[in-house]
Amino acid sequence: MGRAYRRNDLFWRRVGEKQVAQTTFEEISAADFFYRNRDIAGFTNPSRAIFVAIRELVENSLDAAESHRIPPDIYVRLSFEGEASKNTQIYTLRVEDNGIGVQPKHIPSAFGQILFGSKYNLKQQRGTFGLGGKMAILYGQITTHQPATIISSTGIAKTYFYKLMIDIQKNRPLIVDRKVLINKDEWRGTIVEFMLEGDYLRAMPKILDYFKQTAMVNPCANLTFVDPKGRLYKFSRITKEMPVPPKETKPHPYGVDVELLQRLIQVTPYHNMLEFLKNHFHRVGEITANKFLGFSDISPAKNPKKLSHDEIVRLMHNLKRYTEFLPPDASCLSPLGEDLLKAGILKELKPEFVVVHQRKPATYAGHPFIVETGIAYGGEIPRKGVFTVYRFANRIPLLYDEANDVSVRVISAMNWRRYKVTPDMPLVLLVHICSTKVPYKTVGKEFIADRPEIRREIANGLREVARQIQHFMSKQEHVDRERKRLSVFSKYLPKIAQFSTKLAGKETLPDIEKLLVSVRQYGSEEA
Amino acid sequence: MLERRKEVLESLGHLGSGVYDQLDTGNFPSIDMPSRSTDNIMYDEELRQFILGERRVKRSARNIGHVKPFTQLIWAALFSNELTSQRKTSTLRDVYYSAQAYEMTFKDQQESNNIITDLETILGFSREDFNIFPEERSAVFGDLTIEYTVPGYEGRTLDLTSHPDGVLIGPALTSSEFVRTSADKVIAIEKGGLFTRFIEENVHKKYNSLLVLTSGQAPRATRHFIRRLSEELNLPVFVFTDGDPWGMHIAMVIISGSANAAHLRELNTPDAKWSGVWATDIVNYKLPTDPLDDVDMKRLYELQKDPRYKAPLWRREIKTFMKIKRKAEQEAFSRYGLTYIVDEYLPQKLEETK
Repeated sequence: MGRAYRRNDLFWRRVGEKQVAQTTFEEISAADFFYRNRDIAGFTNPSRAIFVAIRELVENSLDAAESHRIPPDIYVRLSFEGEASKNTQIYTLRVEDNGIGVQPKHIPSAFGQILFGSKYNLKQQRGTFGLGGKMAILYGQITTHQPATIISSTGIAKTYFYKLMIDIQKNRPLIVDRKVLINKDEWRGTIVEFMLEGDYLRAMPKILDYFKQTAMVNPCANLTFVDPKGRLYKFSRITKEMPVPPKETKPHPYGVDVELLQRLIQVTPYHNMLEFLKNHFHRVGEITANKFLGFSDISPAKNPKKLSHDEIVRLMHNLKRYTEFLPPDASCLSPLGEDLLKAGILKELKPEFVVVHQRKPATYAGHPFIVETGIAYGGEIPRKGVFTVYRFANRIPLLYDEANDVSVRVISAMNWRRYKVTPDMPLVLLVHICSTKVPYKTVGKEFIADRPEIRREIANGLREVARQIQHFMSKQEHVDRERKRLSVFSKYLPKIAQFSTKLAGKETLPDIEKLLVSVRQYGSEEA
Repeated sequence: MLERRKEVLESLGHLGSGVYDQLDTGNFPSIDMPSRSTDNIMYDEELRQFILGERRVKRSARNIGHVKPFTQLIWAALFSNELTSQRKTSTLRDVYYSAQAYEMTFKDQQESNNIITDLETILGFSREDFNIFPEERSAVFGDLTIEYTVPGYEGRTLDLTSHPDGVLIGPALTSSEFVRTSADKVIAIEKGGLFTRFIEENVHKKYNSLLVLTSGQAPRATRHFIRRLSEELNLPVFVFTDGDPWGMHIAMVIISGSANAAHLRELNTPDAKWSGVWATDIVNYKLPTDPLDDVDMKRLYELQKDPRYKAPLWRREIKTFMKIKRKAEQEAFSRYGLTYIVDEYLPQKLEETK
């Protein structure tokens, strides 16, 4: 269920702005809001829309499987239905997964209502845009006026079939059709199918990149994609091992903003500040809470619901200013891990050499994060004349706006020559950052902001793998040199023997076997 | 000449057995020779030519960087051995191409030329001794009778006035013996036009001289030939070039040799004289001139530092060139009529530089 209730910070911020004006939180139709602002969710144009729709649903499916440690099996089919305009077509998108399924009573709202989040705990998740799946369905409805089909079962004896539309003004699901089917095979999973308008031909390269890179950082997943031309793209799992799932955690005091405080105050069951702080914040216990309240000059007995807007703002500033909170721990993060990352790269890129590195957890503005880096060289990696950079955030490939990304900036600022690496080599660089809050610069989950803490971690991570590739390159150079050396000797020594024999007027060639052997031994000692 | 050939063959064979023996005893062969790097080239006041200093270098087949040039060197020795023993001649260009038949490749002509120079340095013979000649372009004319030693011509003689264009100074001529001459001097001339004029104007008779055309910078075979004329026939040598730093240096190389040939002896003629065209001639004879350009001036500064240019005459002429910043070709005398150079200038200069 977690996948249906993800937080989106910008979304909350925007809604928050409106809320200040309108004061009644619930009455804003989120569906309406998205309808008017669909650009912010990434549905900017027909080619982008189809890419984002696929991505959002695949991510939901991956989360649905992974959250219960099920190796994901995901099948995606995009079928052509007809021309919509000169440059756009109507497609049916079908995404099937083997995830945990959705409880029957939650299906309509999970897919037909854009809900406000009800969770105040944090863990690393793929989407900051947890509402993306519903957004995709909404986009399909807007462009084609067709209902979406949802089939899901949690593995019980019945499978539930729904045809839904979203009532945009009221933000409510409209159930067009509903069936309950016998689930003899005890199938478990979710199938989402709906029609949308888009431009697959233009989106195709990005979509294929997306699958390939997703497969790279999800080596435990089977991904199948059938495109409108009937072409099958299959990315098979190579391991059933899955990364350690993240633990949920409360927000760290350094990471809060006014908006979050207001939401917490609204829902908190606690009636004094001491309990409020103790129970809603990460790394805050009784002693820390008391010390902090002393520091902020707030009575521990004060009812948080009585805080004025100004007091809330002051509270937020004090939470950030107080230096004695312990840093957040990283158990809420789920990095891929060096073994899985390596396996994924080997599987998808088939390089000659790969090296990966995982940094220790670090924090920025109260948010823990971990950077993982990798370099792959040679093998089936093509030469491009520029570094190929694969960027991931919370195991999502980032495919747009590369030039603005912090990783790319770090990479261009590094002196690669030092590491015996040049852009004309067949080389791939990989940066994965996972965090409870990935600092995207824009809403579309495309590139990561240049924050000093993150920049430093990425740079250190890349330096580590660069040092190892340098080592590899030196060894490679040495082997090449050695091979060349041997070939030079075995080419010329016999000639020297032949020429000098003639020149000296001798009949038999001198025995040079011993010399050739010594050259070989000399070579192997060096290697 | 036959004696010399035997020496060459012996020394090539010696080189071969040295390498063979080292290989046969299970050692990487190596060869030791004087270093030809610029800091080992010095001017010998006594010999009045450049020589190589004490420093020696070792070429070893154990060294990865040496093994290829080492092989090329042994090949070049074998090739020279075949040429010399079969009494065939060849050119530097031939060497470059012949190597390919032995699956020995030279990167370019320069590389194969360097290997031949190495061989010269090791053996102490010049490449002409093992029958490798540059492209010929110089000639000789005058009353000198020679006797050939090349196969098929042994014992035949030739009078060097027999062809009015002069006789090419090639392998057959350089290996011939001098029989007799009535000339009492040698006049070396830089340019073909003037050489022809001198023959037409009977300079060889009027001034009782042998005429040698150097065609610009004299090839080594020609320099050696001039030296033989000077030494064996005891004739003074006068060199006439254009009046510019380059002409001046053509004369100097005939007199004192070149740094490139510091490993060789007997290519220079220390008593030869540069008779003109001097910078002071340009002034005295009021010759039509061209300005010295930047490259010319740069060359003058280089020559000023050159140990070969220490004598007062050279210093004076360099100074004069720098002062007047003009140059003149030998043909410039034509402004006084075509025969002026022969009738007026030449006798005056021969007298002046006697």
